[in-house]
Amino acid sequence: MTSPNRPRSFQEVILRLQDYWAQQGCAVLQPYDMEVGAGTFHPATTLRALGSRPWAAAYVQPSRRPTDGRYGENPNRLQHYYQYQVIIKPSPPDLQDLYLGSLRAIGLDPMIHDMRFVEDDWESPTLGAWGLGWEVWCDGMEVSQFTYFQQVGGHDCKPVSGELTYGLERLAMYVLGVEHVMDMPFNDPDAPIPLSYGDIFRQTEQEYSRWNFDQADTEMLFQHFKDAEAECARILEAAETDSAGRRIPMAHPAYDQAIKASHIFNLLDARGVISVTERQAYIGRVRALAKGCADLFLTTDAAGART
Amino acid sequence: MPDLLIELFSEEIPARMQARAREDLKRLITDGLVEAGLTYASAGAFSTPRRLALSVEGLTAASPTTREERKGPRIDAPEAALEGFLRSTGLTRDQLEARDDKKGQVWFATITRPGRPAAQIVAEVLEATIRNFPWPKSMRWGSGSLRWVRPLHSILCILTDESGASVVPLEVDGLVSGNMTRGHRFMAPDSFAVTDFDDYAAKLRRAKVMLDAEERADHIRSQAETLAFARGWQIVPDESLLAEVAGLVEWPVPLMGVIEDRFLSLPPEVLQTSMKEHQKFFSALNPATGRIEGFVTVANIETPDDGATILSGNQRVLAARLSDAAFFWENDLREAKAGMTAWAEGLGAVTFHNKLGSQADRVARIAALAREIAPLVGADATQAERAARLAKLDLRSSMVGEFPELQGTMGRYYALEAGEPAAVADAVRDHYKPLGPSDAVPTAPVSVAVALADKIDTLTGFWAIDEKPTGSKDPYALRRAALGVIRLVLSGKVRASLTGIFKRGSRGHQVEDAGDDLLAFLHDRLKVHLREQGIRHDIIDAVLAQEGNDDLVRVVARATALNAMLATDDGKNLTQGLKRAGNILAQAEAQDGVEYSLGADPKFAETDAERALFVALDHADPAIRAAMEAEDYPAAMTAIAALRAPIDAFFEAVQVNSDNQILRRNRLNLLSRIREAGRQIADFTRIEG
Repeated sequence: MTSPNRPRSFQEVILRLQDYWAQQGCAVLQPYDMEVGAGTFHPATTLRALGSRPWAAAYVQPSRRPTDGRYGENPNRLQHYYQYQVIIKPSPPDLQDLYLGSLRAIGLDPMIHDMRFVEDDWESPTLGAWGLGWEVWCDGMEVSQFTYFQQVGGHDCKPVSGELTYGLERLAMYVLGVEHVMDMPFNDPDAPIPLSYGDIFRQTEQEYSRWNFDQADTEMLFQHFKDAEAECARILEAAETDSAGRRIPMAHPAYDQAIKASHIFNLLDARGVISVTERQAYIGRVRALAKGCADLFLTTDAAGART
Repeated sequence: MPDLLIELFSEEIPARMQARAREDLKRLITDGLVEAGLTYASAGAFSTPRRLALSVEGLTAASPTTREERKGPRIDAPEAALEGFLRSTGLTRDQLEARDDKKGQVWFATITRPGRPAAQIVAEVLEATIRNFPWPKSMRWGSGSLRWVRPLHSILCILTDESGASVVPLEVDGLVSGNMTRGHRFMAPDSFAVTDFDDYAAKLRRAKVMLDAEERADHIRSQAETLAFARGWQIVPDESLLAEVAGLVEWPVPLMGVIEDRFLSLPPEVLQTSMKEHQKFFSALNPATGRIEGFVTVANIETPDDGATILSGNQRVLAARLSDAAFFWENDLREAKAGMTAWAEGLGAVTFHNKLGSQADRVARIAALAREIAPLVGADATQAERAARLAKLDLRSSMVGEFPELQGTMGRYYALEAGEPAAVADAVRDHYKPLGPSDAVPTAPVSVAVALADKIDTLTGFWAIDEKPTGSKDPYALRRAALGVIRLVLSGKVRASLTGIFKRGSRGHQVEDAGDDLLAFLHDRLKVHLREQGIRHDIIDAVLAQEGNDDLVRVVARATALNAMLATDDGKNLTQGLKRAGNILAQAEAQDGVEYSLGADPKFAETDAERALFVALDHADPAIRAAMEAEDYPAAMTAIAALRAPIDAFFEAVQVNSDNQILRRNRLNLLSRIREAGRQIADFTRIEG
């Protein structure tokens, strides 16, 4: 951490990653405009990992994990945080080197740090997806998840996508030498109006923690879950051609409903109203939706289907 | 005699898979070479996180030419038969030879297979090995269809003889073999050529790669010990962690750090588990204080600052982890002091199994059972019940939520904090034991009572809902539970009828009893357990066929004594005699439709041998009975062994099936006394040989 080249703020870490992956040829996308638990849920990953069309994208994804809320008090845990996501299909042979280059770009020099690829297989039961890869350690800390997607929505990934997920707060705290996430400079500390992560998010962490754990209306959420599930199923079953006779399967609108159901499930989980046995059943219901969306997406142009 | 060198260079192979992969590579390649007709002098396999390597020395340069003779159809057979034979042999008609056979003239073919050069065979075997490698989990990458544990980047394959090294040409899904490899990912990333194994290992070492996992492990062990020694500390030995860490680095660089004072009040098990599970650190013990005060982390790189940055990073991560642990510990202690009622309530919300109720239901059953078992094992019933009620509470604690492997261990700390006596707290810790065949068995009476109750509730519960282990499927680890019961009973010399205890356990599950089936399951596990201690299964069967077979202490004592007797000449011959008596009786009884069981009278004895047998039986019978009643099984064996000579003499001198019906009946009744003498001890018909 003595590198002269090191970033000065949270946003500079993000900007450098954006810049680095843009230079590597990725389309730098914007976050998906829905509540998701991780960057993987962005259709740019989940759906685009399917089918034969080549793809390269990078983006920041705000992510919500209601059960991780700690009222802004825990130095590392947040119910709302940011992931940086890179997805390239087919996975290039030098993906590990490209990844290590991104760490250099944010000031982590592998010649003075200890970089390690430690086995960690990834599985998302709600997406019906799994892959093999590693968690990447820097000096004993997990800084990224590195995965070669093998299946999504129950379909084999052909070709295989390489996926990189950086936990931005944790990574930036390490690079910046900060002990508590709320103390981390968000913009440049020498800016006229310096803002810390806590200036921006301490209050929202408190508010959402209270709502997630104590206040969210569970009856309403159960109803929302059913609604999203029903709407997803309805969209998937809709005729492929519209009234003008054009073939327009609606994979993305259907997938939005699957994302919605998944997030509502997470909220219900945080409220503690889902028992252990029910839990599996809910996960299975979301997986069925994601699978239906994947099936439909594979029939579309974006998946490389000949229509 | 060429030497073969193979290296499969990939992205990081999971540490836990490397040892097996080395063995598989060696086996698959050498088996393939031998099957194709080559021989070799020696072979050795190696692995690092990024490579699997195999060195085969003294390989034959080519496989030998082979000749095979095959018999075909008769000369006058239909044309189609001959054509089929030619197709299968790959020969033409003029290459066949007609020879005389039993049934006339028959075509014979001699198929000659020329030897093939080693390179050709190696290429085929290596390609097949790569394509069919038995990884526990494998994957595809990019646009290819090849599967490997992680993306495979290069194949090095060379044969080296006096004239030098040559690449064995092969291509697998676009990967072309060569003679090049790479060194350490960061310290020596450039590729270089190698000429043979010695050159390969030496150049790798210069390129900061220790090829041999054993050497890496030794290096880590000795360096870690040296670092600890300098502070007067000791490394807590952990072979599985050592093997794992050796599989995570190509160039191990152990670094020692100190645990901050504020964490030293955490239980040592917590420090050790957190450091091992999350960070893969070795723990360093200060013998002066008896506490874990330091750690050793193993880096994969030498840095200009001698690892200072790496160590400070690791210290920070550890501090964050231990802050979490300290937070959990303090919360948990507060709850423990307050009596753990919230945890007890929480157990009601946790399903143990949907047909067996919640954890709270289970605790209530175990507590009732522990109370009943307590007097059988010399434990205080109130303490046993109390310990059972506390035993599962730590499952609700934050610490066990984070580190499930600390269940029980944490429970003991919390029980002590709650002011429970040591015997109760120890039972909370030890009630899961023994966890496997080599795990220690608790001996403290309260611990034994709760450990038995825990396992018997599990067994009777799953028996009540008919979820028994089948074949290799044992999802609830019921075999382990059964072995646990056996070891607890035997080591504690617990004299009790298991049937009775099972009945009480079954009552908690609202069923009459587990039936003979559960006892039979225990008997099966007992056989496995005793076989490992050198007692034959037929001997155990012979004892289990007796009454009182649900008292395992008795069963084992009898089996041990019988095993010892059967190892002697007297024992072996006696068994023959008993069996012979049994067989003759069985035949006669089947033929006559009666059971010969009483009234043998010495006055009908004709020979000395017969009379001597009467005397011997009169002497042995009460001796055996008395010894069996006193449970002095060796004495019972001695008493019955004394019958060997008289029985042998009797069969030598006497024809049992005499024409005189009175004599015959009397002799059969005499044989039945022999049978009865044997039956007091075991069912000798089950003894083999």
